[in-house]
Amino acid sequence: MYTKGKDLLNLTKESNKKIWEIVLDFECERTGKTKEEVFEGMRNVLKVMMDSANKGLNEEVNSISGLIGGNAKKVEDYRRGKTISGDIINKAMARALSVSEVNASMGRIVAAPTAGSAGILPAVMITAAEVLEKNEDEMVKALFTASGIGQIIAKNATVSGAEGGCQAECGSAAAMAAAAVVEMAGGTPEQALHAASIAIQNILGLVCDPVAGLVEAPCYLRNSSGAVNALTSADLALAGVKSIIPFDEVVDAMYKVGKSLPFELRETALGGIASTPTGQKLMKDIFGE
Amino acid sequence: MKLYGVFDILGPIMIGPSSSHTAGAARLGKVAGKIAGEDFKKVEFYLHGSFAKTYKGHGTDRALVAGVLGMEPYDERLRNSLEIAKEKGIEIIFIPTDLGDQHPNTVKFVFYRDDEKTIEVMGSSIGGGNILITEIDGEKVEFTGEYPTIITKYKDRKGMIADISKFILEVDVNIANMKVTRNPQKITTAIIELDAKLDDEVIEKIKNIKDMINVVAINPI
Repeated sequence: MYTKGKDLLNLTKESNKKIWEIVLDFECERTGKTKEEVFEGMRNVLKVMMDSANKGLNEEVNSISGLIGGNAKKVEDYRRGKTISGDIINKAMARALSVSEVNASMGRIVAAPTAGSAGILPAVMITAAEVLEKNEDEMVKALFTASGIGQIIAKNATVSGAEGGCQAECGSAAAMAAAAVVEMAGGTPEQALHAASIAIQNILGLVCDPVAGLVEAPCYLRNSSGAVNALTSADLALAGVKSIIPFDEVVDAMYKVGKSLPFELRETALGGIASTPTGQKLMKDIFGE
Repeated sequence: MKLYGVFDILGPIMIGPSSSHTAGAARLGKVAGKIAGEDFKKVEFYLHGSFAKTYKGHGTDRALVAGVLGMEPYDERLRNSLEIAKEKGIEIIFIPTDLGDQHPNTVKFVFYRDDEKTIEVMGSSIGGGNILITEIDGEKVEFTGEYPTIITKYKDRKGMIADISKFILEVDVNIANMKVTRNPQKITTAIIELDAKLDDEVIEKIKNIKDMINVVAINPI
């Protein structure tokens, strides 16, 4: 069993396994289910992720409130021409936006780890699998890697915006995605944890300030930037860049920062961009008063 | 400390936008509807706290109605549940209110059944799509819907628990949690959470125990 990043690393060393195998083994042990059953369960998760990452690319998907919509399609159309940051980054951003839009339109998504941050992992995984030419089974394996990182964060810190701010949601999602991609690309478990550490450090302190209290804006933008954060963190780790602070300590730091964020900046819609004059006006437009 | 499973982290598979305000609300509706029984013509939803303030923006209203109609939190018809209820001739009323010292995401359901009985259920969406049912017909209860659960109501007497658990033992199922409460009218409510679900046959046997008033079986959702 593992509750810390260092446990996970030790287990991979002792048994000469990858992170995804350790996570799958532990899930079987925990639930009494067979490897096949659990693996197929995760394949089902991947299918829902793929559908939600794809839907907004071809059609305008609008949120129930009308605050956001149609942006995934805009980026998908734009990336076919000349872009600043390149095709891969733009593809990942479009997919992350798509999941956010599907979520806000009351479509079907997988909370990963939350509904508000649901776009990051699918966008990063699908885009990286395309680049690395990995098949569906390899993507399912990467989801176990991501899940293992998420389990450790949820256990030692939090993945809830109300508790820890956006860093806890989009930061955790980016850390999970970064580690998953590193392992998918053939990186070591150590490199996977370095990628996760880097991703969290990149957005440490990010507040949760949803306009009108809805899981829409700025969530969709932070899903897009979270996907980019994960991809670049994975590349840094694969290039051999190390986080000088170990993963477990980064997770502890994230939790402490979250706890010290004022209440207004933790999903209450009382601070950040939610409390700007325009943010307040939008809230009145939607809910009256 | 809780051990998170891989599908606690990558999941639930749900209709957006919010695990607490949409997925949790749908689960609350589903359990409440199951407790009420299937035939009702009107449901009132008393919404408390954050549910009262933001229910429209998060689709909490649609999720609650989808739940009472028996839909799962991942059912894509969820967003059309208000229209579906209308087609079925079920009257739906939302009443933002203050239910007192409750979790911020709390709802009280009042079901008006076809047989003129009313059933009240109260529960909270406590985060990540997880729920807690806190009251049934004014009686305090506490269960999460994570386990297969049976809710039994009977005239209080000695040996009743033994009679019920005998049938559960017969099919080799373990009891995970049990809570028994008795009201001044000597009516007892026993909420029994199990490690595996019971077949209809076993439920029938429990229903036929002497002094049993009502048995409701709820499977994990």
